[in-house]
Amino acid sequence: MTLRVVEPGPFTTVQDAGRPGQAAMGIGRSGACDRRSYALANRLVGNDPGAAVLEATFGGLVLRAESVLVVATTGSRCTGPWPHNAPTFLRVGEEVRLGRPVTGVRTYVAVRGGLAVEPVAGSRSTDVLAGLGPAVISAGDVLAVGPAAGPMPGVDLAPVAEPAAGDVVVAVSPGPRADWFPGEAWSVLLSSAYVVTDNSNRIGLRLDGPSLERRRDDELPSEGLVRGAVQIPPSGRPVLFLADHPVTGGYPVLAYVDDDDVDRCAQLRPAQRLRFRRTLPRRDGQPASQVRR
Amino acid sequence: MRVLPSGTTALLLEFDNLDQVLALYAALTEDRPDGVVDVVPAARTVLLVIDPAVTSLVALETTVRRMSPRPGVRRTGELVEVPVTYDGQDLSAAAELLGCDGEELVRRHTAQEWTVAFCGFAPGFGYLTSPDWPYEVPRRSTPRTRVPPGSVALAGEFSGVYPRESPGGWQLIGRTSMAVFDLSREPAALLRPGTRVRFVDVGLRP
Repeated sequence: MTLRVVEPGPFTTVQDAGRPGQAAMGIGRSGACDRRSYALANRLVGNDPGAAVLEATFGGLVLRAESVLVVATTGSRCTGPWPHNAPTFLRVGEEVRLGRPVTGVRTYVAVRGGLAVEPVAGSRSTDVLAGLGPAVISAGDVLAVGPAAGPMPGVDLAPVAEPAAGDVVVAVSPGPRADWFPGEAWSVLLSSAYVVTDNSNRIGLRLDGPSLERRRDDELPSEGLVRGAVQIPPSGRPVLFLADHPVTGGYPVLAYVDDDDVDRCAQLRPAQRLRFRRTLPRRDGQPASQVRR
Repeated sequence: MRVLPSGTTALLLEFDNLDQVLALYAALTEDRPDGVVDVVPAARTVLLVIDPAVTSLVALETTVRRMSPRPGVRRTGELVEVPVTYDGQDLSAAAELLGCDGEELVRRHTAQEWTVAFCGFAPGFGYLTSPDWPYEVPRRSTPRTRVPPGSVALAGEFSGVYPRESPGGWQLIGRTSMAVFDLSREPAALLRPGTRVRFVDVGLRP
């Protein structure tokens, strides 16, 4: 079973659950940027949770079925007649045609059976920072589809919320190097709106807004980080790391966005505004060291 | 050990020196707590990443605080011999910075047994240390935009081998034909934390 890429759109990659467990070798997790939408796409077509899908950034993707296929799109809804959040049968020659995103930026396209491209270091994800995984999708690519794994879920439509159009508020907690910044930096972060710049990608969102100056100049030995880290480079403008973040970073991390909220960050488009609110300390699941300050 | 917050899925453990990092990494490798997805050692820290469906950060912090890593114990893995042609562009400059000549630097570099302390910067880029290596090597003031793959280099207390072509600020002292990162191999990275390394001077052979 195969699927042909007629138009790749501005930027489309193959993604799955990524490469957890290899960070000690310098290999980052990568994988789908908006994990919730990715998981839903696979569920809608009865795939295993780690099956490979397409992640289209800014829509524009046109695919043609070269076999009878079942396809579901999730995440950012695009203009056009294609049914979103709904598993759809395609006959040979029929097309998935995504216009431009109505809200959000990343649309997931799952095919029943999963994309059977060659895995690299245990995953079919394209890591744009490390340069690992399948090549970025281009016109004329023919993608193999694997055998169906499980039964169809028996739903016509998943009634999930669309990515937000206006300002987005996410929860943050102090990061490992919050003490490298004066107390004002934390207040500024919580009270300002940061604008997503068009210099953002799968690695992270580069944000524009009030500069956050640190109070120490010494060099930080590089240390491990995960997605959601809000790192402050010398410019003072925060970088919010997403799926293809570096395994270690040498600039101080002021704050962390709650992992549950990172998926929504992955749907922010340039010029959209992001606000931060303080995570409420939970009674369980959160270490004492995180509740202080 | 200081326990620093890193969001809802990770904890960062900070230490005074690399030896303590490696001792804890060795203890964690021997007996990895349930639900820990990734353990990322670095120069002064170890990042622990959890699967929140299996464990919580509170439980993990309690477990880690109860561990008693033995100082001086490092994880030791297989010994890899890396053939090197010591004709790097920075060999004489680096030797000069260290107050010796190229020959002496090569002699010292090949006389040590190195151990991969941690990885970072790029897939398969190992930071190698040796207790007997006497030098602290400053980075180049201007990083190169393009360092060829297989370049053997020095920076700080570390030695490393560039797995792939990349930018880089380390002092290049030689090159190896050995593929330190090869995706057709499992695992792809040859120089993983704990791997022991001996550099062998092979003269002008590639």
